[in-house]
Amino acid sequence: MDPFVSHTGTAVGLRRSDVDTDQIIPSDWLKRVERTGFGAGLFSEWREDPSFVLNAPEHRGASILVAGENFGTGSSREHAVWALTDYGFKAVISPRFADIFRGNSLKGGLLPVELPADVVATLMDLVENDPEALITVDLEAREVRAGTVVESFELDDFTRWRLMEGLDDIGLTLRHGDDIAFYEEKRPRWKPAARAL
Amino acid sequence: MARTLAEKVWDDHVVRRAEGEPDLLYIDLHLVHEVTSPQAFDGLRLAGRPVRRADLTLATEDHNVPTDLVQGPIADPVSRVQVETLRKNCAEFGVRLYPMGDASQGIVHVIGPQLGITQPGMTIVCGDSHTSTHGAFGALAFGIGTSEVEHVLATQTLPLPRPKTMSVTVEGSLPEATTAKDLVLALIAQVGTGGGQGYVVEYRGDAIRGLSMEGRMTVCNMSIEWGARAGMIAPDQTTYDYLQGRDHAPSGADWDAAVAAWDALVSDQDAVFDKEVVLDATAITPFVTWGTNPAQGCALADVVPDPQALPEGNARDAAERALGYMGLTAGTPLRNIAVDTVFLGSCTNGRMEDLRAAATILRGRRVAPGVRMLVVPGSMVVKLEAEREGLDAVFTAAGAEWRSAGCSMCLGMNPDTLKPGERSASTSNRNFEGRQGRGGRTHLVSPQVAAATAVIGRLAAPSDLTNDSAESGQ
Ligand code: SF4
Repeated sequence: MDPFVSHTGTAVGLRRSDVDTDQIIPSDWLKRVERTGFGAGLFSEWREDPSFVLNAPEHRGASILVAGENFGTGSSREHAVWALTDYGFKAVISPRFADIFRGNSLKGGLLPVELPADVVATLMDLVENDPEALITVDLEAREVRAGTVVESFELDDFTRWRLMEGLDDIGLTLRHGDDIAFYEEKRPRWKPAARAL
Repeated sequence: MARTLAEKVWDDHVVRRAEGEPDLLYIDLHLVHEVTSPQAFDGLRLAGRPVRRADLTLATEDHNVPTDLVQGPIADPVSRVQVETLRKNCAEFGVRLYPMGDASQGIVHVIGPQLGITQPGMTIVCGDSHTSTHGAFGALAFGIGTSEVEHVLATQTLPLPRPKTMSVTVEGSLPEATTAKDLVLALIAQVGTGGGQGYVVEYRGDAIRGLSMEGRMTVCNMSIEWGARAGMIAPDQTTYDYLQGRDHAPSGADWDAAVAAWDALVSDQDAVFDKEVVLDATAITPFVTWGTNPAQGCALADVVPDPQALPEGNARDAAERALGYMGLTAGTPLRNIAVDTVFLGSCTNGRMEDLRAAATILRGRRVAPGVRMLVVPGSMVVKLEAEREGLDAVFTAAGAEWRSAGCSMCLGMNPDTLKPGERSASTSNRNFEGRQGRGGRTHLVSPQVAAATAVIGRLAAPSDLTNDSAESGQ
């Protein structure tokens, strides 16, 4: 995973709450076995409407999505994150994210930034009025800066460190192989097994 | 210190705890299906990593499988490649797979409990948000993304922050003719789509205790629809009775040891939840959704709500957009809404009790002219059992289609989809825009409401049916 320290870019505002993963990437796209190429499917049904905000030429190249609350609700499909990153988004700003989506984003190199609803509303107005406006998502300082807005956001130290270093989660866990083996020895023997092939 | 059920199960699985880091949690069972696993297996291959515990991993084919034929290759080439990829991956990494046509194949959340491999006190994950279903047994079960699928395959663990806990106490008993599905739909309408975010929820109270295992699964299944990380119900005699004798359930002395451990899986009397919600079961009546998220629902006896009556802001905007998408007008009685399609199935309501309840209503009646009804059992075992009981004959005599096991129209990845503008009454769990097919309109309902709706052709409860079997078409 590429390290994420700070990102500055233009943004697009999606003025909807409860944007579910079926909208972010419809299930037709889930049949693919690759990890790339999902950008074309991002919001594909909504994008058929020429007036949909992502189709606005002034928002081309936006790398930050400002969204309503409960963004990413619905299924566990990480394809939603792959679609957003493949399209070019580096961060999503919302008052609230669905848990699984948030977790998937933190694995997939898309920064989910939770800010108070009034701040998100201010950012939404800002990018709608001025599509050229730049937003900075500074992970090192845990701060969002745009126009007159300077707002800090929360992210635990461990996750922040992992993202800033671009570390592979699996590699980190495998360092604790002894702990895992020790735990496995203590597991009750009546616990079920699937009987591997 | 007094602990909640969720905390007990969590603590039992902590492999490693370090200040300032997420807990490393051991995973007892990893369920796998074709949609969210290919990229994870690819990741393993790239890094040269094996599956750490193939014996704690179980795979099935469910999302893509056509349900109108058991044998033969899948016609859709993209779906076929995905299913074949799962087969190759399972063979390569030594993972047990129940493929299409196998007697144990079915929807991942239906087969786990049915095999008895879902047990109290376990940690269970799957690359699927409705993994919460397994919480009905007092397991801590939750959906994960593909990166986490890869992580579990490689390490049999997950690093996770400790969740907050919530109790939902459903007091009183459910009125007759009201189901677990009505209960959970009413709950979600009360707490909203994000009400459970960040929480592991424990469902308790008399109404929950009174539910069968299948009803409990329906409730836990929909935990994710109000944002909860997981839903759990403490195991009790109902749980043990369901489990005992199943394929993977412990037996003999192991059974006794297991039950002794399971008996401790209750929230301590003075355990503190981070949040508590109370719901009155006695007030719940058949419930349906009118909008495009599962919280947009109301009693079947009500009318389509007026967005203008909602406070200005998100909820009103969302309601207005939903009515536009659903093609509904505020003030319309829900019972006047005509449907083209009725879908009975999914991991929410595709089990024996659901099929039996619907068959009881359809026996001697006909599906209304112009209405298509699909009955899709949640697993092959459910299918065969239903056929032994003659339920398939009831459904086909009523004019419904009897299918093989799979997710089917729950999400329309196989050929079973709604056409643009078509409207369904569906026993599944999501009424999102396009969920059942582009432009399709979904009303979430219980199996009983689904069956009555099929007969009348409009959203209806069994109480709307007369004894006259010539009801259809009116
Ligand atoms: S039945 Fe529906 S909700 Fe359940 S696993 Fe299949 S697609 Fe997901």
